[in-house]
Amino acid sequence: MTNTSRHERDEGSPYAPHTPEEIDEMLAAVGVESEADLFDVPAAVRFDDDLGIESRGERELRAELSKTLAKNADLTEFLGRDHHTHYVPSVVDDLSRRSEFLTSYTQYQPEITQGFLQALFEYQSLLVELTGLPVANCSMYDAATSLGEAARLAGRVRQASGSTVLIPEILHENKRAVLENYVDGTELEIGTYPMDDGNVALDALTQRVGDETVMVYAENPTVRGTIEERLTEIGEVAREADALFCLGTDAVALGLLEEPASVGADVVVGEADALGLPTAYGMGLGIFATRETFLRQVPGRLVGASEDSAGKRAYTLTLQTREQHIRKERATSNICTNQAWVALRTAMHIAYLGPDGLVDLASQCVREAESLAESLGSLRGVKAPVHDRHHFREFLVRTDQPSPAIARDLETNGFAVHVVDDHLLQVCVTDVNAAETDALVEAFEEAL
Amino acid sequence: MNHDQARYGDDDRYEPLLSEKDTTSVDVVGRSPTSNQNSSSSGDVDETSPLPDDLTRDSLELPGLSEPELARHYTRLSQMNWSVESGPYPLGSCTMKYNPSFTEDVAADPNGAVHPDRSDGTIQGTLELLYDLEDYLARIGGMDAVTLQPPAGAAGEFTGILVAKAYHETNDDEERSEVIVPASAHGTNFASAAMAGYDVVELPSGEDGRVDLAALEAAVSEETAALMLTNPNTVGVFERDIEEIADIVHDAGGLLYYDGANLNALLGQARPGDMGFDVMHYNVHKTFATPHGGGGPGAGPVGVTEELAAFLPSPQVRKHDGHYELYEPERSIGKVHGYQGNWLVLVKAFAYIARLGDSGLKDAAAKAVLNANYLASQIDYEIPYGPFHHEFAATAGERDAADVAKRMLDYGVHPPTTKWPELVPEAMLTEPTEAESLDSLDDLAAAFDSAMGDSDADLESAPSKTTAGRIDQAGAARNPRLSWRALSEEK
Repeated sequence: MTNTSRHERDEGSPYAPHTPEEIDEMLAAVGVESEADLFDVPAAVRFDDDLGIESRGERELRAELSKTLAKNADLTEFLGRDHHTHYVPSVVDDLSRRSEFLTSYTQYQPEITQGFLQALFEYQSLLVELTGLPVANCSMYDAATSLGEAARLAGRVRQASGSTVLIPEILHENKRAVLENYVDGTELEIGTYPMDDGNVALDALTQRVGDETVMVYAENPTVRGTIEERLTEIGEVAREADALFCLGTDAVALGLLEEPASVGADVVVGEADALGLPTAYGMGLGIFATRETFLRQVPGRLVGASEDSAGKRAYTLTLQTREQHIRKERATSNICTNQAWVALRTAMHIAYLGPDGLVDLASQCVREAESLAESLGSLRGVKAPVHDRHHFREFLVRTDQPSPAIARDLETNGFAVHVVDDHLLQVCVTDVNAAETDALVEAFEEAL
Repeated sequence: MNHDQARYGDDDRYEPLLSEKDTTSVDVVGRSPTSNQNSSSSGDVDETSPLPDDLTRDSLELPGLSEPELARHYTRLSQMNWSVESGPYPLGSCTMKYNPSFTEDVAADPNGAVHPDRSDGTIQGTLELLYDLEDYLARIGGMDAVTLQPPAGAAGEFTGILVAKAYHETNDDEERSEVIVPASAHGTNFASAAMAGYDVVELPSGEDGRVDLAALEAAVSEETAALMLTNPNTVGVFERDIEEIADIVHDAGGLLYYDGANLNALLGQARPGDMGFDVMHYNVHKTFATPHGGGGPGAGPVGVTEELAAFLPSPQVRKHDGHYELYEPERSIGKVHGYQGNWLVLVKAFAYIARLGDSGLKDAAAKAVLNANYLASQIDYEIPYGPFHHEFAATAGERDAADVAKRMLDYGVHPPTTKWPELVPEAMLTEPTEAESLDSLDDLAAAFDSAMGDSDADLESAPSKTTAGRIDQAGAARNPRLSWRALSEEK
């Protein structure tokens, strides 16, 4: 057979390498006449029809999908709310796409997969440095599912009658929706506490916390971009009630804001994909870090250091008796496939930045937000930031005019912002769109 | 096959950790000017902290490598890692097939890099692709509606069981408290059902490795919410009685859940919807060739019959006058992911399905089944259950399957899944996939038989040609060291 026809043929899978002669040889070895004879499927449930999916050539398909995605409008996004974008250097794309990483499986044979295991061990180690907590797993799906897992962990280690997880009244609605499903099969209830000008209302929280509280969840930065000012006190409120203090954050914020361990966090969740993964329609990487005490309650995979037969340091998946393939219905979580490849990218990006680069990037998130808020706030009929707090990347904007109409106008002029309610917008600025802020302010002024 | 894996390192360790290369600590409070070449800002960087000291951390200690050093570190790590492009990777139940290169280029299209909170009108391309992928998956599974939100197979199971739960609750049938799972099922089935709050009833396998109908009759009751089933099952054998199984479960008022881990055997040949399944998940990182990335990301879309469509997670995509829009299904269970799941994975799955089309999908299944059967015919192992399809569970008999597997590493292949399912003693669950050529299958067969023919001493001292020698697993668990901080504190 010739190679040129193989890739263009319109029959069969282009990725099955068999020649007709080989197929005959294999059928003969098995002792059947045809491939169909190998299927032990009763006629009543066989599918003899067509699926109606047309096969396209590679070149054709690339052109088709490029055309489809080109239907997306070309907008400059000032969007955040749990899906943040920073510039990802080419070296991260290039290295992470090496097929030895990309096309490998979970490391069930550690001796032949040391490379990925070490990369995941390094990812865990970076999260330990950033959070100050001694245990970080090697990934969850995203920030919302990490929060769900944290609540379930709290329910297991802190049993109380009427067990309640306390979350802020102002939380990403998607995150709350995911949390509700994660506690649906447990005894846990969800309670809320109020916010005060973008930060936790500490007195109100103190009143809401009781014997039934198993976890207090707070964020830094919050979904509205405010930086929380009383984290240590929130941690103390939780501890006095013998509840866990769970802190939500992200990989960039961790480089600058208060270290979670130093404010008494028991569990840290959040998005690590802010580094390593550009905008990807909400695809994420969930952080999960905790204290040593809860090591055997951690969901998901852990990579540990050990030794090989030559006495050299080597890495392996460890403490697997927590996991579903061994513990079945008593596992700490059902998670199996995780976000390992994104964790690889995040670790690369952090190592690329180094401590100075990360602090610079995080500082830029504060400065740019402050500066853009000031510019927008100087427009007539606009208040920004709405909350009298420090901000990280994003902030609320109150408009005298209806905000949806302003957002539509901005969209027409090539900018996307969040509509929070009838007179509130939310704007997010990072290194990626910082150069466009003047243009945004101009478009904003026109929209008013 | 001869294979010696790369092995960088010195007497104590293989390639040093990032932290052992270059780590510095910076003071965040009162930070002094620095000159990191990879810093995000350039030119006149303001080095003072932008926040009051009590809102920042004191210091930060991290490795920071120059770009050339970083490239070399990760290239070395990659060379110390096996992948499906390195050689056969016949892990049973994992479907490690070739991941077509062009799908990476499609996923990297900058026009697809959009934020999920944009208005529908500005992401018509994204929504169109998702809508069409839902349609493809529905056709393949014989289902009426599909959600793409679950980020992995286990998340799909959890979603599917929540949908079943919501369905029963809507029918005022809230007393159903049990999910039946065959003993040989994937561990995730048990864990997902338990996560949704159900008691798990384990169903013993029949003598032929299939569901024992009498045992199923005995297990179902008015407590039954669902039966979770893999078909072909985890020893590769098709549940021939599937129609009766569906009747038994449905007559008891339960729903039938299809675990899509083994769907590669049936692409275009048979469809879960036609067998009576009400809910299913697809493992797109298995069946639809998206790269597994060392453990993820995957995607676990869930398909349902029309009766259950209103319960799917929010949002769903619909088409209205040629315009795509997101909407919340009437009785939606809510959300299982912060946004809409693993976009980059879904795009690649779309590209793969569209590349193969009808004839390619049917052929993929046929060749996957042919490859498994051919490989089985070439090895000198007992295979207790059959006829099998895309995978088979050989037994290592008197020998330790894990040792045989370690020895196979020295013959230049990745071994199969070992010691699972427990139905087969010392199991070696083998799934070569359609992507292996005849020559490659012969190499695999030779590795199976050579390993089995080697002495106990050879097996126990294996592997020797991999980066690391046999790793002390028990030691890793007994003395957990999960970060470089833990390693340095030990010294």
